[in-house]
Amino acid sequence: MKTLRNFTPSWLKTYAFLYVIFLYLPVIFLPIFSVNTSATPKFPLSGFTFKWYGDLTRTPALTDAAWNSLLVGVSASLLSTIFGICAARAITRYRFPGRRTINGLLMAPLVLPEIIVAVSMLLVMLQLGLSLSLITVVFGHVLICIPYSLSVLTSGFEGFDRSLEEASSDLGESAFGTFRRVTLPMVSPAIISSLLVSFTISLDEFIMAFFLTGTEATLPVYIWGQLRFAAKLPGVLALGTLLLAGSIILLTIAEIVRRRASNRTQNMGGMIA
Amino acid sequence: MTAPAEGIAALPVVRKQRNPVLQSEAARGLGLISPTFIYAVIFLVIPIVLVIANSFWTQNYLTIDRTFTLENYRIALTDPIYRDLLMRSLWISLLVSFFTVVLAYPIAFFISFHGGKHKGLWLFLITIPFWTSYLLRVMSWKVILGYNGVLNATLMGLGITNGPSDAFLYNTSAVVITLTHAWATFAVLPIFVSLEKIDRSLVEAATDLGDGPLRRFLRITLPLSAPGIISATLIVMIPTVGDFVTPRLVGGKDGVMIANAIQAQFGKGANWPLGAALSVTTMAVVTAMAASVVLVIRMAARRIR
Repeated sequence: MKTLRNFTPSWLKTYAFLYVIFLYLPVIFLPIFSVNTSATPKFPLSGFTFKWYGDLTRTPALTDAAWNSLLVGVSASLLSTIFGICAARAITRYRFPGRRTINGLLMAPLVLPEIIVAVSMLLVMLQLGLSLSLITVVFGHVLICIPYSLSVLTSGFEGFDRSLEEASSDLGESAFGTFRRVTLPMVSPAIISSLLVSFTISLDEFIMAFFLTGTEATLPVYIWGQLRFAAKLPGVLALGTLLLAGSIILLTIAEIVRRRASNRTQNMGGMIA
Repeated sequence: MTAPAEGIAALPVVRKQRNPVLQSEAARGLGLISPTFIYAVIFLVIPIVLVIANSFWTQNYLTIDRTFTLENYRIALTDPIYRDLLMRSLWISLLVSFFTVVLAYPIAFFISFHGGKHKGLWLFLITIPFWTSYLLRVMSWKVILGYNGVLNATLMGLGITNGPSDAFLYNTSAVVITLTHAWATFAVLPIFVSLEKIDRSLVEAATDLGDGPLRRFLRITLPLSAPGIISATLIVMIPTVGDFVTPRLVGGKDGVMIANAIQAQFGKGANWPLGAALSVTTMAVVTAMAASVVLVIRMAARRIR
């Protein structure tokens, strides 16, 4: 029996490592070819260069797209986090009729084919006579960021013990003091990770942006446009590498913030119990 | 800052004494969730209703004729082009969801049962690629599978093939591989959650009663994780049908999917009502397929026990 138990994890562990390699391997080629001197991505590598990165800063269309992405990302993450806070607070704290249905509706963009969501929003915008712009992209991104914000915030708020707030006010802290010293520190990690996660989603999102933008491109839309030209590929690879690195850094910060917070609330719970 | 804080701290205590608890709770909950709910209604429910309405209308150049007609559905369902695209999309999404779930199960099992202290780290490692740009992941597969690509270079380097082959890119299997990779993580999470919920004493009981590891897995763990398998299948299958980036970048002529046709109808000089009818048809058909797959998995789970 013992041998069997040890045996199972060993092949499973090998599988797990292979799986992680399968997940990461394709992505690793982007940075590798982005510093290769050859204009076509192929082996053997011909030499090391940063010139593709240098070219990026000299492309005005690209800097415009980066600025657009930043604007859209910040607005979408702020809005989706505010909407997420309202919904997550309501769902974790109150019982009300239709709670599960509304939750299901808010999570629906996650499981619907994105093209159908995008196309239906496009139809509404056009039939309302709204002109397509970065604002319509923000509307679309908020809709698809809400499920992520909501799940991050719901799990953050679930650990929230309301009696701590009551205790604070019973012990003579003012309402503002309670909010600042008790409520905020406990929910802020979830809020920060919701902001970071939804910013990353918006930064990388392509389909909604493709359908809902007018003449202004976000970074993924810009990349899509460049993919038609074989000569532009190294630049796209360099840009892709930067996007990838940016996303990974933001997500790691989000995870660290979230994890620190959950450790702390667990310890506090232990202390109180 | 003060006002909301006061509201949070003071109101529940006062209200609870005056009103029946439930009623006030319901009102406050609904009030709080209403901004988000209204947003979803405006930008999700109404648009989808409008798409359904559009699918029964006709387009005359730039104006929409709002007389009821089933003509769009007749075209969507009988035109061989759309029928083939739809069948191919369904087949691709069925394959992709099968592969993702089969590949994801062992890893979810490993993390849940043997992850130990590093469960969180493993989950994080696995979710990271999924948060990164989907467009970039598709692009990297293009780099790998292409004529001058990594795969060809490796095969030639190992002496398995003599010259580069163009057989890897621009076909259905390139689409299936790329999508399986793109959706991999999505399948791990729901399976992991359902495995976490399994009461470990059941597994121990089976061991004590003499079941070997394989029997124990087939009779206890696998059937009990069926809900996770079901949601993983759904979460991969439904969105995959509507993908148009992957077929466009790596699919070539044989990999075109229904979403490419939908996109074309909403592009320049196109036909919105037909695009709407194609969207509605796709949703209806994929929902039906997903429902039957769920039924099959449920029956299989019951059979095994």
